Amino acid sequence: MVAVTVVVTRDLLKATMLFAIYSLTIAGLFATLDAGDVALTEAAVGAGISTVLILAVLALVPRHEKRQAGHSLPALAIVTVTGAALVYASFDLPQFGHPDNPVQQHLAPYFIEQTYPDMGIPNMVAAVLASYRSIDTMGEAVVILTAGIAVYALLSPAPRRRQRRREHDS
Amino acid sequence: MKDNAILVVVARFLIPLMMLFGLYVQFHGEYSPGGGFQAGVLFAAAWILFVFIYGLETGLRIIPQRVIYTLACLGVLLYAFIGMLGVILGGNFLDFHPLLDAPRAAQQAGIILVEFGVGVTVASVVMLFFLLFARRRADSEAAGLDPDAADDVETDRQ
Repeated sequence: MVAVTVVVTRDLLKATMLFAIYSLTIAGLFATLDAGDVALTEAAVGAGISTVLILAVLALVPRHEKRQAGHSLPALAIVTVTGAALVYASFDLPQFGHPDNPVQQHLAPYFIEQTYPDMGIPNMVAAVLASYRSIDTMGEAVVILTAGIAVYALLSPAPRRRQRRREHDS
Repeated sequence: MKDNAILVVVARFLIPLMMLFGLYVQFHGEYSPGGGFQAGVLFAAAWILFVFIYGLETGLRIIPQRVIYTLACLGVLLYAFIGMLGVILGGNFLDFHPLLDAPRAAQQAGIILVEFGVGVTVASVVMLFFLLFARRRADSEAAGLDPDAADDVETDRQ
């Protein structure tokens, strides 16, 4: 319901606020699924920081979305077919949370059994992130730094082009 | 927003609490949910709240822009350095076992150090995002461009 309103509304401020509520709901869902790390991330990043950053962007752009004339019928057809195929495929998924699922059989038992003898720490997520899969995490840190550099490259020059267009208009 | 007493009192109460919680999430991440990423975001959120209340210039006096750039790079470099330390001391890249004699303590030390690197990078990059967007807004206003005015022009045309 909230997600549909986010897509439909043309008031970007309203969409941002609803998006924050949506993120908070998802964070609550993760918390009820006992995924504390993911819930904390979703609450801090999804509901907190990304809302603030989107608001900072909204301070730079007009508040209302431009009205686009007409709808693309082929796009609607493709989206419907893809969505139907995905829903159909979801019927073949193994039962949620069942211990015989492939995802529970492959690496999870190793991590559950070995984390405490290897590291002596109870949080398996931290062990997997920082030790078993630490090159992945290093890649993530580099990605974040790259994102920072990209935003810096985009936003640090003075706002010149829009100014020129304004002069052209008047 | 420095003049609004309610905001200032609430923020004064909240900002230390947020930073403390950030540090807790950072250094207690092996025992409870959390880690460098979440801690960095929480720490940056505390700074952003400070900037909301006291203004960007005051916020930059506490953490200058140059320090933010340096910290963003230092976090990643700390991570890579810990990885290289494993190689120098005779192991594989990002292998924590050679760091200390006791294998569990070595793993824990490695995890804490690399998570600290991640936390520093995430905190400074989020601060940098906010700083750059806020600067941009100030620059556009200084250049005589009001984004809200552009909005009005848009609605006039319709």
